[in-house]
Amino acid sequence: MNPPPDTHTLLLLLFIFVLALFLGRELITKVPSQLHTPLMSGSNAISGITIVGAILAAGSEGAFSTALGVVALVAATINVVGGYLVTDRMLGMFKKGGR
Amino acid sequence: MSVLTNLLYIAASVFFIYGLKMLGRADTARRGNLVSAIGMLLAVVATLLVGGLNLVWVAVGVLVGAAIGAVAAYRVKMTAMPEMVALFNGSGGLASLLVGWAEYHRALLTPTFTAVAIFFAVLIGGVAFTGSLVAFGKLSERLPGRPILFPNQHLYNAALGALALAFGAMFALAPDTVGGYLAFALALLAALVLGVTLVIPIGGADMPIVISLLNAYSGIAASAAGFVLQNNVLIVAGSLVGASGLILTSIMCKAMNRSLTNVLFGGFGAAQGASAAG
Repeated sequence: MNPPPDTHTLLLLLFIFVLALFLGRELITKVPSQLHTPLMSGSNAISGITIVGAILAAGSEGAFSTALGVVALVAATINVVGGYLVTDRMLGMFKKGGR
Repeated sequence: MSVLTNLLYIAASVFFIYGLKMLGRADTARRGNLVSAIGMLLAVVATLLVGGLNLVWVAVGVLVGAAIGAVAAYRVKMTAMPEMVALFNGSGGLASLLVGWAEYHRALLTPTFTAVAIFFAVLIGGVAFTGSLVAFGKLSERLPGRPILFPNQHLYNAALGALALAFGAMFALAPDTVGGYLAFALALLAALVLGVTLVIPIGGADMPIVISLLNAYSGIAASAAGFVLQNNVLIVAGSLVGASGLILTSIMCKAMNRSLTNVLFGGFGAAQGASAAG
């Protein structure tokens, strides 16, 4: 499905990877302690981005690979949907409690 | 991959970045979560636009996963939310592991670079998966919350990690042979065991920090899956979570007056304390 990666593409991917690492590092500064758990939960939902890989795996050919892909997709969707909803619930309760 | 898909991936990445930023401030946190969710929706829609996918299986997976995730998120009690986050994180790690495996099984003869990326997706995803399950077990008191110690555990964990790397190297050098597949399976198994043995010696009180660290791991695992598929949005979102998760972990350590090494090797200190007390 994917063409064999040439050196140019790989270097570009590594470039993006390193820049995003530094960006992620800079994004989190001085978080109030009551936000620690919701922030962890919210970023956990983002790590469910592997759903994109799971969609590609579940939708492609090959019976066994497709089966692995469908299980991956179920797991990733649980991560995404559950993660965003539970984070929203946490933050919703905050406001009512008046922090 | 089409131009439109890639442009939508860029937009999704911007939403993730803004969402994460907003999540760190009390007055914008809830909207930040929504912004990041919109980014996820964009990424999913962009991926569905990729031609040639069997959408029946995709629909089955998404519907089943969404139903389970939504029910779990709505039914969980307020006090049980951290352990639910651990379970969600574990399923994300499992997903990255399976994506790596699926791509390997489909192609078998993969270039060395791709094989290395597959190995890391499986290794880190596997540790995040079983490690999160143990963290869930400890927080929900299905497992004893006290540190479970066994003789030479640090030596044992280091040896198991080295073994996983050795199997990974054997796999990456000859992925299209029977031996290569066997080495892959053994590396996968080692990763799953390692997740358990790394987390089980850590006390229940430190579990929030451990979950935050495992969350960073599952971000890196997603990034590794992105290298396997040469997919930008996976790499960007995964490494954002990986790096911000590490920073958050160290912030949480400071707030709880713990050092990360103290948490990770906490069982060691507990054993010493127990013997000193006894």
